[in-house]
Order: sequence, then structure tokens, then C-alpha cells
Amino acid sequence: MGAEGIGAAVRRKEDFRFLTGRGNYTDDINRPGQTHAFILRSQVAHAEIAKVDTAKAAMAPGVVAIFTGTDFAADGKGGLPCGWLVKNKDGSNMQEPPHPVLAQGKVRHVGDPIAVVIAETREQAKDAAELIEVDLKELPAVATMAEAVKPGAPKIHEGGNVCYDWHLGDKDACEAAFKGAHKVAKIDLVNNRLVPNAMEPRAAIGDFDRATGEYTLYTTSQNPHVIRLLMGAFVLQIPESRLRVVAPDVGGGFGSKIYHYAEEAIVTWASAKVGRPIKWTCERSESFMSDAHGRDHVSHAEMAMDKDGRFLALRVKTDANMGAYLSTFAPAIPTYLYATLLAGVYTTPVVYAEVRALFTNTLPVDAYRGAGRPEATFLLERLVDVCAAEMGMDRLEIRKRNFIPANAFPYQTPVALQYDSGDYQATLATALKNSDWAGFEARRAAAKKRGKLRGIGISTYIEACGIAPSAVVGSLGARAGLYECANIRVHPTGSVTVFTGCHSHGQGHETTYAQLVADRLGIPLEQIEVSHGDTNKIPFGMGTYGSRSLAVGGTAIVKALDKIVDKAKKIAAHLLEAAPADIELKDGKFVVAGTDKAKAFGEISLAAYVPHNYPIDTVEPGLEETAFYDPKNFTFPGGCHICEVEIDPDTGVTKVVKFTAVDDVGRVINPMIVEGQVHGGLAQGIGQALLETCVYDDKGQLRSGSYMDYTMPRADDLPSFDVATQITLCTHNPLGVKGVGEVGAIGSPPAVINAVVDALKEWGVRHIDMPATPQKIWGIINSGRQAAAE
Amino acid sequence: MPKVSMTVNGRAVSADVEGRTLLVQVLRDKLALTGTHVGCDTSQCGACVVHVDGKSVKSCTVLAVQADGASVTTIEGLAKGNELHPMQAAFKEHHGLQCGFCTPGMVMSAVDLAQRNPDPSEHDVREWLEGNICRCTGYHNIVKAVQAGAKAMAAAK
Repeated sequence: MGAEGIGAAVRRKEDFRFLTGRGNYTDDINRPGQTHAFILRSQVAHAEIAKVDTAKAAMAPGVVAIFTGTDFAADGKGGLPCGWLVKNKDGSNMQEPPHPVLAQGKVRHVGDPIAVVIAETREQAKDAAELIEVDLKELPAVATMAEAVKPGAPKIHEGGNVCYDWHLGDKDACEAAFKGAHKVAKIDLVNNRLVPNAMEPRAAIGDFDRATGEYTLYTTSQNPHVIRLLMGAFVLQIPESRLRVVAPDVGGGFGSKIYHYAEEAIVTWASAKVGRPIKWTCERSESFMSDAHGRDHVSHAEMAMDKDGRFLALRVKTDANMGAYLSTFAPAIPTYLYATLLAGVYTTPVVYAEVRALFTNTLPVDAYRGAGRPEATFLLERLVDVCAAEMGMDRLEIRKRNFIPANAFPYQTPVALQYDSGDYQATLATALKNSDWAGFEARRAAAKKRGKLRGIGISTYIEACGIAPSAVVGSLGARAGLYECANIRVHPTGSVTVFTGCHSHGQGHETTYAQLVADRLGIPLEQIEVSHGDTNKIPFGMGTYGSRSLAVGGTAIVKALDKIVDKAKKIAAHLLEAAPADIELKDGKFVVAGTDKAKAFGEISLAAYVPHNYPIDTVEPGLEETAFYDPKNFTFPGGCHICEVEIDPDTGVTKVVKFTAVDDVGRVINPMIVEGQVHGGLAQGIGQALLETCVYDDKGQLRSGSYMDYTMPRADDLPSFDVATQITLCTHNPLGVKGVGEVGAIGSPPAVINAVVDALKEWGVRHIDMPATPQKIWGIINSGRQAAAE
Repeated sequence: MPKVSMTVNGRAVSADVEGRTLLVQVLRDKLALTGTHVGCDTSQCGACVVHVDGKSVKSCTVLAVQADGASVTTIEGLAKGNELHPMQAAFKEHHGLQCGFCTPGMVMSAVDLAQRNPDPSEHDVREWLEGNICRCTGYHNIVKAVQAGAKAMAAAK
């Protein structure tokens, strides 16, 4: 490795602008003549819209225009599309109800947009919105999935409250295996609903150019090309050639900024109507009721075991909350990103999963950091601990006994995926060492002397990312390809711009991608710029989510670099009067092998653009190449997370005192960035396990609607983390990379809860649902104490 | 409409504001100092922290009229040209930022801590940053950065 190439902990190129206040986020952008939008939203969960009277509001100071769902429909515009079609068990299509941009006829969740007020200032728009008279005839609300499937439950959509009823695996083989089981371990669990809460609230600016008829949308998106396709083709019928989508600096996403949201379509459409740019910026309380939420599963799982504790079969029933409408990728999360991971790192030969997706009068639910894999991991790693308890076996031993061995790869699971590489015994061994697992009982005893309950928990997880061959996902219902695009433009004097269809919203692509180029071309990092987030600059792209940026986007860059080097060698061969096959690229120089004849990288780039002495008959001028890469398989990061907690029995407060993560993320390009990604994921995983949860009351009213009542992890809630990587290479991409964006959030929740359950074992606790709040834990301890006293 | 005058990053400025206008709105909308961010509406997240007369405050929770006559420093006023302030440099060195959105508030808050406590412990830093939320970093590297930045500030005195 070079000082700036693959494997170097290079400090980030993007940091200077962020540290000096020069970042350029969507709300920092102002267009000449700009107006401001405020969106009036439903304050109830389920109602018929009897009347929306905007007459008084339209007269308010500064108001430019007010639009409702009726106006939008009258203009012939469509609803928000769903990007993934899941089939029912019987082969029929899922229920895919309309998702209006502005509510039509009914509102179906708190926050459902009813009208947009456009005014000279944001305050004027907000003031005017208060003058809109909305007459809602409230309907009974379906606040929970249990309510949704009750006979006679209110119907949210005409087709009822079931979106799909899907399954995966061999049911008959599963039943047969359970009949022959020595023991069966069972668990019921809830994967709590979360609010993603990227620190930058969403924002959008629509800007219609009257002169050219072109639309520009500035938006807080993880995937501007996808937004252009979905909004242009399905909602507003604008050809791509007249629609530019810019996602500038974006302040975190975690999945919540993947989707095409109503506000993007509203400001884009309305900017042409009013003939002026329109800015909308979400307030935080508004983002709680307009950003897609995450998780929200209720599951029952059973594991059949033989007399030695070997897993024979797993059966799982899960209900997944879709909310009131289908968000862009929602149907894929509890199916192809969840049930396909239920083999985990184990040789369980048979797995059968049934998943019902249900509508409720709540916000749409979609991918949130990990998307399906945290749900699978939590279920499996909690169940494995219950298996150990059921068998009277050690938690580590039962895992080791069931691990897929390191020599079994490629390994075909019973739930569709084929893992390419991994070494679970090795990551476990390192994590046990790093965490001093062996010394735990002494620490537990010491804690007890201090009056504290100490527990330790483990999770050995796998996930699938870098999604995936387009043909495969297409056959599973995806309505998009999942390749990535890169364009490398070598400029005449030898500087390089990398254009990527991926999008950085904290991941550090401007540095990591530049390292790939520096490593390959041997030029300094400062000569390389990475450009992303603008559909007018980049040929195409699918964006950043599912830890795909390096495995898919990075590979596209490598493929484009291959073409650059290939062409440059031909130019060098001509200048050096040698055969192209004899040219080597070394330390930024093209050298005739075995000689000291060489041309610097800058000499070749200059020749490409000033082709005076040039192989013009066979090589075109210029040095710019584009590559599209369609992955051959998912990648499979995995690892071992170990959590140690101390519980204060008098208050129920749980403190994470030690957290050890050993992750196999494939080849590491920048170890500093990789560690940072793991830290962030761990914080979100620990947050889910101990602090965060989204609460609706029985009327579908959002109770946790601000930072006053949704517990975000803060600095004093978390420990410093002990993280390490122990890698096996991905076998099907040239870099050997797997992905690191989500591992922290996937592996950690069951490690935390397993630790809490371990700490509470003297109180007979076998499971505790997330978040394990002080209130819940104190309740358990207090009732235990009362029972003991009686 | 009230008129407010203040010194922002060493420059005398004045603006006509509504009574309800917040300090952060003056900074962002009137002075185009968009480095100060708004991440919430309940004074919890700290993305909007600036210094008013040398002390860190949440500029989303101060009326512009309350800052009349004050000296305000924003994230844009911290570096000397292209030379990062020691706290900014420590955030870069220790990878204390990812998406960058909470970063200006974190840095401004950290500088105030370092002025009060030149050698804060990990515990001190975590307690101090209770009012600044970051969703990306898990705080691990922010804590390291703040400790290193505080030391560097003390050494530079």
C-alpha cells in the first residue's frame, strides 16, 4: 500500500468544508425569487376529508398559492410509486394501494399531507396554513398490527389491511424436522419501531426554468438518479432530459433519505405552477411524522434441535408493519432482506419463514440502517441463547457447534443466499480474546459487591449487502436494476475527477474513492476529486444504501480505471515506441518493462488531449471512461459483537460498560473510516436496544414526536467501543470488499439484550423486548423482589 | 420591525427582524452564515451552537433581539483563513465527523468546554456534550477529538 492508497488511514478530504461551515446542504441553497412552502398535515390518524377550504388562507399576507390533492389530481399527476412487488403465497400480487402525493378523500396517518401553502416567507406560509379550514370526519384508527387483522377491523384501504402474505423455504421438510426434534426452543419477540433521525431534516427546492422548460430539484436524497426516475416517470411525467436532481451535501440518511417523498414532487410540480422556485424545509417535529420509520416486526420463532444441540430446523412467523402506505422499498425489507438471512452463520438445514405485511394508520415503514438484517439477527441471536438455555448448554458452545465451517464456502443456505466467504470461529475467537470473556465472572462478582448486576451477551451475525445481481432482484420483484456507474475523467494536465452514482452523506466517499484511484494510478490524492449527487454531471447511478458504495460503486470505479489504464498504455506505447503489452504502470509512471524508458502520468494525459504525436488511427483522443458494474452476488459481512452491561437494581438503569466488536467487512480501504462506520452503527444498535422506540397511542396519535420524548443516544449514554476487523475477502469483486455501513447496527442489538438477560438471570428472565428501559427492568426486579418477600 | 445590531465574527452587522425572529435565522437567512445548522425544534440537538460573548449558546433558542449588542462567533469565525482552529484540526485528525451536520455545533460547544476545562476527562466530555446530538459517529471519535483539541488549545496559549 502507498501512503494514500488502499489500506491507509487517510484523513478525509471532505472535512475542511464541514469543519469551517462551508458545507452546502439543501437548506443552505437559495434560488433567486425563491418562495417558501409549508405543508399542512393531518393531525388525526384516519379520517374522511369532508372539506378543505383555503379561501381565507389564500388572502393572508404573502401567500402566493395554495394547492390540495384535488389540484394535483386535476392536473393528471400520479401517486408515489412502490419499487418492489412481492407476491403472496398463492402467487398473486401484493395489495398495492394508491399513495397520493397530497391526500385525496382520506387521510391515513398523522402527518399525511393535506395542502401546501406557498408564500414569500416560511413564517407567512405557516401562518396562512392555520387559516385553512379542514373538516375531517374521523374514522376508527388501526394503530397496531394486532388491530389490523382483527375481524371487522376498520379498512385502511379498499383491499383491507393485509399487504401480502408471503413465505420462503420448505414447509413440509420443516414440519418433518420438528417431528424428529430432541428439543424445541421458542421465542416471541418484537423488533421495536424506530425513527431514523438523520441530523439534517429533509428539505427540497423545486426550480422550474421558464426559458428552457427544465426542472431542477435540490433534495436531501441518498440517490438522486432514483428520485429523477421515480418522480419523472411515475409522478410528474417529466422526461429525464428535462429534469435535474441535485442532492448536495446531505446530513445523514440511514435509509430514510432513499425514498421518493411527496414533498419532492410537490415543490417540483408547484414551482412550474407559480413560476418561481419553492423551498421546503422540514422541522424536526414534522420529520417525526413524515420520514419513513424503521423496523416494527412482531415474530414467533422456533428452533428444532437434536440431542447434541445441533440445529435441525427453524420456523418463523413474522408480522411486519408497512404503515398506511407502501414506501419505495418497504415490501422488500421483511422478505428478501430479512427471511433470506434466517440461516445466519449456522448450518441449520431447513428454514421456513412466513411473513405477513400489514397496513396500519401509522407512518410508512421502510429500510433503516440494516433493513431486515437487524430484524433477522435479533431474532436468531436471541433464539440461539434460548436454545442454549433449553439444552443446558454454554452459549458459546452451541454457536461453535452450529457454525458454518470456514472450509464450507461457497455455502448454499436453505433460504436462497449463497455465502462466498467467512470464518466465524476466527471472529468469535478474536472477540472472546478482545473482550476478556474468560475474565467475566470475576467482573460479575466484583460488580455484585458494588450492588450492581453485571451481564455479558454475544451475537455472531451475518448480513447481506451490496445488493445484488439485477437479474436476481428483478426475478424477486424489484422494479429497478441494482448496478452502479462510474465515470473517470482524466483532465489534460493529469488531475482526475471521479463521477459516481453513489452518494455520500457521511460515508467519506470523497476520500475512499480517491484512495482507489491514487492506489491504481499512482498519483497524489490532492489531484483527485470525487463528484456525486447531480444527475446532470453523472451518467447514472442507484445511490447509496445497503452498504453498496464500495462493493458495487467501488467496483464500477475499478472497472472504469481498467479502461483508463488500458487506453493510457496504448498512448504510452506509441510515445515510447514499444508494444502496449510491454508497458507497466508503476508509481504514476508508464514504464517500458525492464528499461528506464518512462512517461509520467501527466505526459500521457496531455498527449490524449493534445494528440500531435498520437496513435490516432487506433486510439481516440481524450482520456475519459465510463463503466457500469452489476454485482455477481451479494456480499456477506459478518462478525461477533460482545456487550457487557451493568444494571443498577434500584433504578433499573442499564449502562453499557464494555462493547467489543470484531467485524469481517472484507478488504479495508481506509481503516479510520471503517472504524467510524462501525462506531456509528453500534450507537444506533445500542440505541435500539436500550433507548429508542416510536410510540403510537390506540388512536394512532404519535406520542414520541420530538427529541423531548424520543430518546436519541447521547454522548453520556454510550461507552467508547473496542472495534477490530478480521477479514476474509469477498470472492466475487476485484477489491475483495464486503461493506461496513450497517454491521454495527445489525450485530449489536441482540448482544445488548443477551447481556441484559444474562444480568437479570437470577430473576428468571428469559427475554426482554427492546428497548430495555429502566422502567421495564425496574419492574422486573421489583416484582421479583416482591415475590421473594412473600 | 425591530432593528438589531451585533458583531458577528468580528464584523459589525445590523438587520431588521420580527420580534419572533431567532438568532439562528439572522445568521443563516440575513447574513448567509449557513454553517450554523438547525437540527430540531426543541432545543435538544445543538447543531445551532454559536458563541455569544464567548459562551456557547443554542442560537435556535435565542431571539435575535436578545443578542442585540452582543459579540457572536459562528463556526465560520473560528479558523484563521485556511488554518484550522486547534479544535477543528482535532476533529479532522480523530475523524470526529461524518455527515458534518452536527459538526459546527459540536465544535463550538467543544471550544467552550476547553476554555473552561483545558484537560477534560472522557467523562467530562460526555457529560458536557449531553446537549449535542450526533447520529453518525457514536461519539467515540468526537470524545477523542475534543480531548485532543482541548489539549492543543491549552498548548497554543
